Amino acid sequence: MDSLAARSSGSRRDQRPLKQRLADASAPYLYSAPALILIVTVMLVPLVLGISYAFRDIQLLKPFSGGFIGLDHFKTLSQDQNFYRALRNTLWWTGWSVLLQFVFGLILALLLDKPFHGRAIVQALVFLPWAVPSFLAGLNWSWLFNPVVGPLPHWFFAIGLMSEPSNILSDPQLSMWGPIIANVWWGIPFFAITLLAALQAIPRDLYEAASIDGAGPVQRFVSITLPFLAPTIAITVLLRTVWISNFADLIIVMTNGGPADRSQIVASYIFTQAFKRLDFGYASAIALVLLVLLITYSMLIVVLRQWLLSKD
Amino acid sequence: MTAKRVLSVLAHRLAILAYVAFALFPLYWLLKVSVTPNKLLYSEGIRMWPSQTSFEHFEFVLKHSDFPVFFKNSLIVSGSTAVIVTVLASLAGYAMSRFNFRGKYWIVTLMLLTQMFPLVMLVAPIFKILSPLGLTNSLTGLVIVYTAFNVPFATFLMQSFFDGIPKDLEEAAMIDGATQFVAFRQIILPLTLPGIAATLGFVFTAAWSELLFSLMLISGNDAATFPVGLLSFVSKFSVDFGQMMAAGVLALIPACLFFLLIQRYLVQGLTAGAVKG
Repeated sequence: MDSLAARSSGSRRDQRPLKQRLADASAPYLYSAPALILIVTVMLVPLVLGISYAFRDIQLLKPFSGGFIGLDHFKTLSQDQNFYRALRNTLWWTGWSVLLQFVFGLILALLLDKPFHGRAIVQALVFLPWAVPSFLAGLNWSWLFNPVVGPLPHWFFAIGLMSEPSNILSDPQLSMWGPIIANVWWGIPFFAITLLAALQAIPRDLYEAASIDGAGPVQRFVSITLPFLAPTIAITVLLRTVWISNFADLIIVMTNGGPADRSQIVASYIFTQAFKRLDFGYASAIALVLLVLLITYSMLIVVLRQWLLSKD
Repeated sequence: MTAKRVLSVLAHRLAILAYVAFALFPLYWLLKVSVTPNKLLYSEGIRMWPSQTSFEHFEFVLKHSDFPVFFKNSLIVSGSTAVIVTVLASLAGYAMSRFNFRGKYWIVTLMLLTQMFPLVMLVAPIFKILSPLGLTNSLTGLVIVYTAFNVPFATFLMQSFFDGIPKDLEEAAMIDGATQFVAFRQIILPLTLPGIAATLGFVFTAAWSELLFSLMLISGNDAATFPVGLLSFVSKFSVDFGQMMAAGVLALIPACLFFLLIQRYLVQGLTAGAVKG
């Protein structure tokens, strides 16, 4: 307690009365208490409760459900073909979304890094999709894909990609691509903004020195830009992967997991179980599996980081 | 050499143009269909601009539908969430920025963890907790949930703003006899006003966009927020494209206003809540 009060007041020898020291030591906790209480009651308690649901039979429509059933949900889950498909779809959805958002975001950041006339206004316009609410982005793109009011099927037909103007969202083979395209549109600004900030932190004289030494643009990009961007790229891609794999809004709005669960990812499958079938127990069991997978992924990142650090 | 330079500038501008077109086209289309009169909707399906425009869809949506109620509900929920979160996050962010204390590491860890795990996990338990309290189907319930979800990220954001203000300022005030809280309120907070505005904007936008919990917690029309109302409208009257898109344009307005407000702080906000988007 003594050392704590001393640290917070910064004096070497504490001569304040005990009451004053106590008040000083508790100050930071008082400042953060309201936020903490809320986080614990609205996030942590439901999280623990949700984990317990995974082992119970909880269905909203069955008033007498609620008993512990052990691992029954997980047995059902291991036989559930829709779950395995959702798992594969999650990889597909996350992989393509992150890859395309990152590549187009990086290109946009490089384009915006060059000074030009009207850059501020262009920047505001290309970042605008980020401000569009995700439900609206989903609806907007599903209308664009709809042959009745949207132009996209007609354009695809005109350039020979489709044999007739049809809706890719109702095509079991292609439906996943609808939300992926909407997600790319929506997420490019995120990568562009963070990468642009990192780009602008690179000292300009490095480029000048390199071009005096005769380095071409490609060489400058590979030996200056990329190494400087690498930490930002690594952290944003890794965090974004977790976030996108949990991001179900666009899928729920655009395809609702359909047709026939072909575009369901794990997160939207959990939501469907809870929202449509009101089977909270089974939904929580799937959620627990998702949580374990995400924790494994995060651990892998930590281990990878340690390994990379120790190599240097 | 000059020809090559002209060519590279041209390529740069064309690429920029392509990005602007890609970013704006969906929104442009939304606006276009919303002002296309019904009789032209199908005959002029993929024309870039209808031969005749009208505001009939907006008129219908504003006068004969529940959208004004949804709009009001969403404003109440997002506005109160933004204000409460900003107050709580200013306090917590100040503690993170100015104090060194034992629990700090754990608080930061807890807040980071809440940003990592899938919120969809909480849909069922939160419904079960709120339902006996009478907080489902209520705007208050939504405000409580959204406030908790947004506090961690807003705390990191506010902390980054406080970190940018020199410590000497409140130390000088405290030497003059003010308590730390008075110094915080009267000297530090006014200096962070831009940061406070940015936090309000970020949280408002996040609450305005939230979908899954409002779908789960709200069922009636009275307490429906904009996303819930729009989605139920879409599944019920999926042929009235003009009206749906007019409603969509309305949902876009507050989000765009707040985007303009927080534009300058995007980088700070995105790095503080890198996991949030």
